[in-house]
Amino acid sequence: MSEVALTVRNLRVVFGAAEPVVHGVSFDIAPGECLAIVGESGSGKSVTARSLLGLAGANAHVTADRLELGGRSVLGLTDRAWRARRGKDVGLVLQDALVSLDPLRPIGREIADSLRLHTTLGAAARVRRVLELIEAVGLPDPELQVRKLSGQLSGGERQRALIAAAIAVEAPLLIADEPTTALDVTVQAQILGLLEQIALAGTAILLISHDLAVVSRIAHRVAVMHDGRLVETGGTAQVLGSPRQEQTRRMVAAIPTDKPRGTRLSLTARPADAPGTTCALSTPFPRESTVVLEAIGLSKSFRRPDGSRQLAVDDVSFALHRGSTLGIVGESGSGKTTTARLLLALLAPEHGEVQVRGQPWSAAGEKTRRGLRASVGAIYQDALGSFDPRWNVAEILTDALGLRHERRAPQTTARLTTLLDEVGLAASALPRRPLELSGGQRQRVGIARALAARPEILICDEPVSSLDVSVQAQVLDLLDDVQREHALSLVFISHDLGVVAHVSDQIAVMRAGRIVESGPARRVFAAPQHPYTAQLLAAVPRLPA
Amino acid sequence: MSDLEVQAELAAHSSQSRQAGPARRLGVAEGAAGVFALFLLVAAVAPTLLAPGDPLHIDPLSAFQSPNFAHGFGTDESGRDIYTRVVHGTQYSLVIGATATVIGLGLGIVLGTLAGMLGRVVDFTVNRFLEVLFAFPGLLLALLFIVIFGPGVATATIAVGLSTAPGYARIIRAQLRTVRSAAFVEAATVLGRTRWQVLLRHILPNTLAPLFVLATLGIGQAIVWAATLSYLGLGAEPPTAEWGAMLSAGRTYITSAWWMSFFPGLFIVLTAVTATVLGRSIDRRMRHA
Amino acid sequence: MAEPVGPRGATLRVVLRVLGRLAARLGGAVFVLWAVASVTFFAVRLIPGDPAQAVLGGPGSQASPEALAAVSSEYGFDQPVIVQYLTQLGRLSTGDLGRSYALNMDVGPLVLSQLGSTVLLAVLALTLAWLLALALATWSTRGGTIAFRVGSSLEIVAAALPHFWLATSLIVVFSIWLGVLPPISTSGVAGLVLPVLTLAVPLAGFLGQIMRESLQVALESPFVLSARARGESERGVRWVHALRHASLPAISLSGWAFGSLISGAVVVETIFARPGLGRTLLNAVTLRDVPVVIGVVMIVAVTYILMTLLTDAASRLVDPRLRLL
Repeated sequence: MSEVALTVRNLRVVFGAAEPVVHGVSFDIAPGECLAIVGESGSGKSVTARSLLGLAGANAHVTADRLELGGRSVLGLTDRAWRARRGKDVGLVLQDALVSLDPLRPIGREIADSLRLHTTLGAAARVRRVLELIEAVGLPDPELQVRKLSGQLSGGERQRALIAAAIAVEAPLLIADEPTTALDVTVQAQILGLLEQIALAGTAILLISHDLAVVSRIAHRVAVMHDGRLVETGGTAQVLGSPRQEQTRRMVAAIPTDKPRGTRLSLTARPADAPGTTCALSTPFPRESTVVLEAIGLSKSFRRPDGSRQLAVDDVSFALHRGSTLGIVGESGSGKTTTARLLLALLAPEHGEVQVRGQPWSAAGEKTRRGLRASVGAIYQDALGSFDPRWNVAEILTDALGLRHERRAPQTTARLTTLLDEVGLAASALPRRPLELSGGQRQRVGIARALAARPEILICDEPVSSLDVSVQAQVLDLLDDVQREHALSLVFISHDLGVVAHVSDQIAVMRAGRIVESGPARRVFAAPQHPYTAQLLAAVPRLPA
Repeated sequence: MSDLEVQAELAAHSSQSRQAGPARRLGVAEGAAGVFALFLLVAAVAPTLLAPGDPLHIDPLSAFQSPNFAHGFGTDESGRDIYTRVVHGTQYSLVIGATATVIGLGLGIVLGTLAGMLGRVVDFTVNRFLEVLFAFPGLLLALLFIVIFGPGVATATIAVGLSTAPGYARIIRAQLRTVRSAAFVEAATVLGRTRWQVLLRHILPNTLAPLFVLATLGIGQAIVWAATLSYLGLGAEPPTAEWGAMLSAGRTYITSAWWMSFFPGLFIVLTAVTATVLGRSIDRRMRHA
Repeated sequence: MAEPVGPRGATLRVVLRVLGRLAARLGGAVFVLWAVASVTFFAVRLIPGDPAQAVLGGPGSQASPEALAAVSSEYGFDQPVIVQYLTQLGRLSTGDLGRSYALNMDVGPLVLSQLGSTVLLAVLALTLAWLLALALATWSTRGGTIAFRVGSSLEIVAAALPHFWLATSLIVVFSIWLGVLPPISTSGVAGLVLPVLTLAVPLAGFLGQIMRESLQVALESPFVLSARARGESERGVRWVHALRHASLPAISLSGWAFGSLISGAVVVETIFARPGLGRTLLNAVTLRDVPVVIGVVMIVAVTYILMTLLTDAASRLVDPRLRLL
């Protein structure tokens, strides 16, 4: 094995006649080393990764001064020569193994493919090797797993299988493109642990992510990418501890974990609001003891396909105080989304009830409830799906204001502009449809719509989980601003304990439909009582202290 | 599945494909289809503008002329000008196609709305009923209708309408169900909108908009089916200048006068292609607008 | 879900599940057949005039009252409608489709004797359409933008071709101008070429479009990128991964396709003077020979249901995910 697993000098990628997507990127990775390229979506990090495999796309023009895998240049390789090296000299792990493994083939076959292509092993030897690999990536019962389809595995298991396929012929370099996105935190920690093991065994790893905190767990070095350039490269501790470039500083600031409530995460126009500063107005929060929303012994079950019933929410109780934020955290399947739907009275509980300002809410009829609906708003994970596809932003907001958009008066336009201004959007967004907006902009429109009805309570169901860390920071700051401005009470539901701990006053930890622990955010975070909370907390990606 | 569902599915697929998309401007195919649709419209409303002659005018001396300068599409066994007949026949074909589509779509809306909006029992019943109708594939339902009510233009039109209705019904039902459970409908409830407001402002518009696409695709198909029935001698009869009937008349002279069959058929094909291209174009524009 | 007790318990459960599903499907099929029989029975009652008159050659035949009465009692027209309905259901359940008005023979044997010819035509056309569609889809996704445009235009035009015009044009070109193929379906292989082509080309247009779209989606999906990153060749990507995905929607369309082929057989068999269900049906419709129409429709419904079951089975074969449900 050579000294350097991968050498990249002045890599440029151009699509057609457009501006280059990657401008002169250079880096090296040594065997056993893990380098993380971190950047926002659209920064060119995935294209960089793919051009290292010769898979940047048919219309991509890739040039470089040097591009060497294990000391051998791959510049100008023919298609055939590339095929001989892909999988053998470099392996690729993509995000979301549900679509990255062929859903029609058993995973054993997928893993055996590299062996079939790059080794002379016979069928029996291949089967033995596949079983070894499955065992090596930590999946139980290898004989049982080989025959399963990717759809029969959990998210974490699938990702392990995908890694097994990528390391089948012991390629000296493994490229992992967002390998843990969309996984629960505990599973994410396990997958990162697995990658770390692989690096310890001498494989070089190139990790691609939008989340500095995630990569800081295992990366030896970090390279920050912005607009197709590497703006800062260095040891993980050094880059995260004393970032030199503004881009890096911004990304470090955007990580919510371990930042006290009210700390700004994003850069804004106002210098007083620079990231890291705590807003003077916000401390102390105007917390009152009045309970505005209360869940009392909520239970809800669903029928499974085989006819049995599954308890999705089991005896859940909590109270939301005026002006405060209650965070509900739980992994997938914990019942948190069902809880949100119960709070919004989109589902009726089987037992227990929800009260708003001491009035019956879930127990009242929809007619009675409608009068109160304006005081309870909602922000959804899938903002795009929550807008009528035929409407543009102006129509969505006019409707939310309770006005008719056929006769739009000048006053209405003024109110719309104010509303947009409040969520940090320009009036030019008015005629656009949500489909044309970015994820962050859509969520801002979602917040504006919720604010239009002047609610007292906002139920936020995973409002930032489909956003990049940097956009997430902006949206979290915005929520913080509007909460303070309008004295809103928030229920903030998320799978990300780091985010929840940052935004909440009170935290409830859900698991399998039950609240296993609740209490003041600071206390839960500092001294978790329940072992599950401790486990979640240990798995949260955070910057090294 | 019905022919119409297949057509609608293909339209949906093609507008979501990589080649489609908001960036693509009006294509060559769409332009040509638009021009031909305009030609058909003029031919249907004011045929004399395009072909001043009389489609039934007999001129035995110039029978069986192959396409030439005086008769672009040739003449038939009685010396009638085929071009004039094709242009004047547009009326029949479009009116039959449109009427059949209105019948099919109307029935489809009623059945689909019943199944999609009312309770499970109604949905189950309507669904079973549609399943039974689907056991008569293609034109079989139309043929069954004709054996009962006898051949003729009116029965053929109704028969085509009836046999397309199950397809429309199933598409409308599926669309209603999708829209009803959409996140934006829930969001409207959260904003405190009443059932009626949600129905009128969200559910109905989002269900009905795709019907333009369906109707466009459906007219093309209805025209082909109606022409098929005429060709089989169960719809319009010669010497009516209906396209299917013209082809039927040309069948006898197929060995000597190919143009008698070729040109009316060409117009049917072009009309069907136009309907497909325009239907897909509308579909794409609605999805990406 | 309970854990499987052992390999034997698991197999038993799978067998039971398959049997249960099969029973449900057969029950559904029997329901559809009963409903088809009932719909046709009552629909035929809507025919104005005395059915006995129809048996004797329509209102123009001036049959004597005695003859009418004789026919009425022979065919059971003098019984109450409900009795006639139950009698007919009873007869149908034993496979007795009644007697033709016009041909003076039993419908069952008549229809069965025509079935083979039509099924042969439909199966050949379906196979050819699949091959054409597959070839067109593979070619047009490989050959860049121009091939893609040409491919998709060809498919749209092909799908819009009416059978009667395509058949006529093929006869003009291949039989009259070139003189290489018979214009009438003779018993030999040559006589099958034009009818099969007529049915296959429009269908290939439909299947080709759906295959091309899904092939394209599959080729751009992350699992294909993963396969390429493993060093899989372009051919391997297609044969191991993409084509299987692309064939799924086309397989599920094949049930519909078979139905539309039978409907198309009405036209094709008439034009090529080929014996078969379609021509029998058209003749019966023209003569208003109700028992034959019902017989053909019932046979078509049975074939259609069988074909749907077959496509479901084929889908399960290609898509292992369906076997898990």
